[in-house]
Amino acid sequence: MNMAMTNVAAGQYAIPRRVGSHRARAVTNGVMTGLCAAAVALALVPLFSVLWLVVSKGIHSLSLSFFTKLPAPVGELGGGVGNAIVGTLFMVGLASCIGLPLGVGAGIFLAERGDGKLGHVVRFTAEVLAGVPSIVVGVVAYGLIVLPMRHFSAMAGAVALAILMIPTLARATEEMIRLVPRSLREASLALGVPAWRTSLSVVLRTALGGLINAALLAIARAAGETAPLLFTALNNQYWNLHPLQPTASLTVQIYNYAISPYEDWHDKAWGAALCLLILIGGLSLIARLAAGRRSQA
Amino acid sequence: MASGADTPRHAHLGDRAFAAGITLLGGAVLLVVGIIVVACARLSAPAFAKLGFFRFLTGSDWNPVEDSFGALPFIYGTLVTSAIAIVVAMPVAIGLALFLTEMSPSRVRRFVSFFVEILAAIPSVVFGLWGLMVLVPILRDVVEPALQHRLGFLPLFQGAPMGIGFLPAGIVLAIMILPTIASVTIEVLRTMPAALREGALALGATRWEAIGAVVLPYARRGIMGAVILGLARALGETMAVTMLIGNQPEIHGSLFAAGYSLPSVIANEFAEASGAVHTGALAGLALVLFGVTLMLSASARLLVRLSARRLVAA
Repeated sequence: MNMAMTNVAAGQYAIPRRVGSHRARAVTNGVMTGLCAAAVALALVPLFSVLWLVVSKGIHSLSLSFFTKLPAPVGELGGGVGNAIVGTLFMVGLASCIGLPLGVGAGIFLAERGDGKLGHVVRFTAEVLAGVPSIVVGVVAYGLIVLPMRHFSAMAGAVALAILMIPTLARATEEMIRLVPRSLREASLALGVPAWRTSLSVVLRTALGGLINAALLAIARAAGETAPLLFTALNNQYWNLHPLQPTASLTVQIYNYAISPYEDWHDKAWGAALCLLILIGGLSLIARLAAGRRSQA
Repeated sequence: MASGADTPRHAHLGDRAFAAGITLLGGAVLLVVGIIVVACARLSAPAFAKLGFFRFLTGSDWNPVEDSFGALPFIYGTLVTSAIAIVVAMPVAIGLALFLTEMSPSRVRRFVSFFVEILAAIPSVVFGLWGLMVLVPILRDVVEPALQHRLGFLPLFQGAPMGIGFLPAGIVLAIMILPTIASVTIEVLRTMPAALREGALALGATRWEAIGAVVLPYARRGIMGAVILGLARALGETMAVTMLIGNQPEIHGSLFAAGYSLPSVIANEFAEASGAVHTGALAGLALVLFGVTLMLSASARLLVRLSARRLVAA
């Protein structure tokens, strides 16, 4: 390295052997600081490019009928992604019914009794589970539900999304509960409240804002998943609110529109992408507000 | 237990029920991993029985019509795109993390962290759409011809610039794993005691010298963990790669060529797989993917944790 420092041996800190002139060191410092700042700029370019294009190209498609109508065949004007929006909300709702209790429950376990051996194993497993590719979870949901029922279904998609929600929720819930001051718990116990009621109505009650925040973020992430839905919920050209029937989703719809060769479907892909980002952004915004209210309380 | 006052003998019935309930829910996390393994293994059994595990992994022919399945082209494509992603994302992510933790005022830090969070929240399919409509034309018309003009003698940059192929898939992957690497690196750098950094500065080191002499050696293991986590995410990323890699089960040395990746072939063929062997082969690919990402995530988490523990010992 330029600054005339050498690594003596692995594991030891570098020891300066010969220090260059003040000017040279200052220049090196300046150049490296500039490079790191450039890294920040470089990282943000794609973000702004994505956001700008989704908004500028998607805004033309947005209209009342885009939100409420069924998809139109190629070449026909109009049509919308109403069934896909409803399908996404439906599946994410179903997934929340399964995933929220399991994820939050596991988080409560980690916070309340997570200092033992089982706790460490569960915590590590949750961390590792968070890195499992979503497509693998899709295959699992296919094996668990689609294959035995011989039918693609919203339920299968929801199960896949629920499995994806559990690990992040568990870790976030634990963090939120551990933020609750010990004195609150102790005060409740000192008043003779049983430990389980203390956990539920004092500690969890205090952490509620944080839990809502974590839950909404998990839901937002689930809404953006595509891969595990491709061969579980499949797709559907029509409205569907039956858990055992194939169901459209915004993400799969974006995918199908994007890889099609038709120009007007590309426009619809941008429009659907804008819908999806509005949905996810809205959920994240509410999550942020929930977290903000907690910190004020 | 946090309360400490209750011994099991005196515990209320409610306490016991509550403890049992949450322990059950905690155990459910372990159960989920078990379910994943069993479901994938059961689905893939017909394929392994017919082809043999080793032949399946090393075969390079993928032909569902003749029940001939080899995983090699997909493993190759996954490795090549992930390698591109790491090479591109690692310096940018670490530079960003260093800038935010070591160099910038806290207002900039909060501002940039907010945008990095947004970057992490954008769905894969939207990146795929952006890659297809924006990145591919730029690569096809500008970047790839330029690379070929300058570095065309390298086998990496030969063949017709199509825009679709390993290169765009790798670049979009880089954008997607950047928040992962950056946020874990920031987390690791934050755990470093300020006294070490300040000691170096007090001895007259410039900021960059303090980073080189104290910060980076200290955080090395944690940063390696962050990069491995990013790699695990790149290996399993599906939609953006499926939309950009070209979906040809072939092995080419050039980055301009079209290929295929493990998650992409599962995404494309699973719903319409014909027969138990085809489904089984795809589930076998999922099992391979699961095993590799599991090992990578586990070792990354251990590295990050080791890095944090050294801090406690110090």
